Amino acid sequence: MNKLLMHPAAKPVVFVLCLLPFAWLFYGALTDGLGANPAEYLIRSTGDWTLRFICIVLAVTPLRVIAKANALARFRRMLGLFAYFYVVVHLLSYSWFDMGFEMADIAKDIAKRPFILVGFSAFVLLTPLAATSFNRAIKALGAKRWQALHKLVYGIAALGLLHFFWMRAGKNNFAEVFVYAGIIAVLLGWRVWNFARKKREGGQAPRPIAAAPRAPVSR
Amino acid sequence: MLIHSRDDGFLHPRSSEITPKGVYEGRRDMLRWMAGGVAGAAMASWAARDALAQAAAPGKLAPLAGAKSAVPGAQTMEKLTDYKDATSYNNFYEFGTDKGDPVKNAGTLKTRPWTVEVEGLVKKPGKYGIEDLLKLSAQEERIYRLRCVEGWSMVIPWVGYSLSELIKKVEPQGNAKYVEFLTLADPKTMPFVGSRVLDWPYAEGLRMDEAMHPLTLLTFGMYGEVLPNQNGAPVRIVVPWKYGFKSAKSIVKIRFVEKEPGTAWNKAAANEYGFYSNVNPNVDHPRWSQATERRIGDGGGLFAKRAKTQMFNGYEAQVGQLYAGMDLKKNY
Repeated sequence: MNKLLMHPAAKPVVFVLCLLPFAWLFYGALTDGLGANPAEYLIRSTGDWTLRFICIVLAVTPLRVIAKANALARFRRMLGLFAYFYVVVHLLSYSWFDMGFEMADIAKDIAKRPFILVGFSAFVLLTPLAATSFNRAIKALGAKRWQALHKLVYGIAALGLLHFFWMRAGKNNFAEVFVYAGIIAVLLGWRVWNFARKKREGGQAPRPIAAAPRAPVSR
Repeated sequence: MLIHSRDDGFLHPRSSEITPKGVYEGRRDMLRWMAGGVAGAAMASWAARDALAQAAAPGKLAPLAGAKSAVPGAQTMEKLTDYKDATSYNNFYEFGTDKGDPVKNAGTLKTRPWTVEVEGLVKKPGKYGIEDLLKLSAQEERIYRLRCVEGWSMVIPWVGYSLSELIKKVEPQGNAKYVEFLTLADPKTMPFVGSRVLDWPYAEGLRMDEAMHPLTLLTFGMYGEVLPNQNGAPVRIVVPWKYGFKSAKSIVKIRFVEKEPGTAWNKAAANEYGFYSNVNPNVDHPRWSQATERRIGDGGGLFAKRAKTQMFNGYEAQVGQLYAGMDLKKNY
C-alpha cells in the first residue's frame, strides 16, 4: 500500500483523477450535454464535488492511522486544494451563470437566501487555508499555528453541510444531506475518539502531521 | 450583461467613431428595407407556424391532435421548449425529487384502465373512464407558458379542453366554492409515495371561478401526442397563470367542496406556498426572488440571461379580474 502510494506516478495520477469531474463538466458545457438547465446543473455539480472533496480530505488522516498508510499524507495538500478549486468554480458558476455578475442582484439574493451566506462564509474561511498551503507559509507560521489555523476545516465542513441542508430544506429532501452528514460525522467522530484514546493512554497515539512530510525516497 | 462597461455610448475618443448624420437619418429607410426584404424570409416561417396550429409531433407516443384554440391567451407565439427538455426536466415527486427522476422512474405508471372520480357537492357525481373523458369535449391545442415556482419556465403546446366543460356536465351545487384535485398515490408504481417529502396523495385546489376560467385546461396531451407519464399522464390540470405545482398531475379524483381545501405544498410549508400561488414578480418567495426566470432551452445555453417574469405569467389581461381588490401580497 505504502509502496504504491510512494510511486512517482501516484501524485500525477491522483491529480488527473481529481480533475476528471471538472473536465467532464467542462466538456458537457461545451457540447450542451448538461441537460435542460445547464446553469443549475453546473452550480449543483460543483457544489457536490466541493463537499465530496471535503469528505475525501477529511478521510486522509483517519485512513492513514487506521491503515498505517503514512504515505497518504502526501496527498492531503493536493486534495484540500482541489476542494478549494471546486468551491471557486462553484462560486463563479453561481455568480456568472445564475446572476450574470450583477453585484446588486447577488447582494439581494444573499439577503433572500441565507444558505448562500453560509456557503459564502465557508468559502471565505477556506481561503486562508488554501493560501497557506505552501511550505514557506507553514514555516513562517510555525507548525503549531499552522495546524491550529487548518483546524478551521472542521468548521468549514459543518458550514458546507448546513449550506447543503438549508438548500434542500425547502423540499424536505434530506436523503443526500444525511449521507454527507453521516460521512463527516464519522470522520470528525473518529478524531474525537482518537484524541480521547491518546489522553487515556497518556502515551503517543499517532498524531496528525502538520504538513505533508517530505517522503524520504521521493527526493 | 456579462461584461459591464461604464461606457454609455456617448463618449467617443475619436470623431470617426461617431455615426455620420446621413447614416443615422437614413435608419428608417434601412428598417423599411429590412421589413420588406430580409425580414420577409423570417416572417414567412412565423406566419407558417400560425397556419400549422399544431406543434410537430415528436413521434414517441400515441397521437392526440387538438384543433387550434380560440380561447384568448391560448396561443402564445414564443418559441416552444424542446420536447426532450419538457419531458426530461420535471417535478413529479411521486417518482423522485430530482428533476431527472420522473423520466427514469415513471415508466411503471399504469395509465390504463384509469378512472377519475368526481365527488362532493355536485348533482352528478360519478366515475369517469379516461376514454369517456377524452371524448367529453373537443380537444384543443393550447400553447401556454409554464412558470415553475423555482424560477424556471417553459413554453408547452398542451392538448385538452377547458376544465369548465367537465364542471358544467357534473353540475356543481350552489355551495360548491372550491375544486380539489387529487393525484394518484400508488406506492407500488410510484417509488417516492411514502417518502416524507410531502403528504400523499398530492392535493391541489382552485377557487370555483378559477376552475371555470377558460384558460384552466383539463389536459390529456402535449406536442400533439398523449401525455408522457412523467408529465402527468393520462390526465392533468394546467393553470398557466399559477406556479407549476398548482397544476396537479395524473388526477384520480376531482372533489367539489365548500371550504378552501388543503394543498400539498401549503401543508408542507404554508409560509412559502400559498393557496393562490399566482405567478407574481412583485411577491418574492421567502427564500428567493420571483422577479426573473430562466427559460429552459432558449438557445443561449449556459450564457442565457434570465428573463423578466410577467404578472400572472403574462395572462393578466385574461385573469386579472378574478383577483380584483385582493391583496396579492397576503394571498400569495
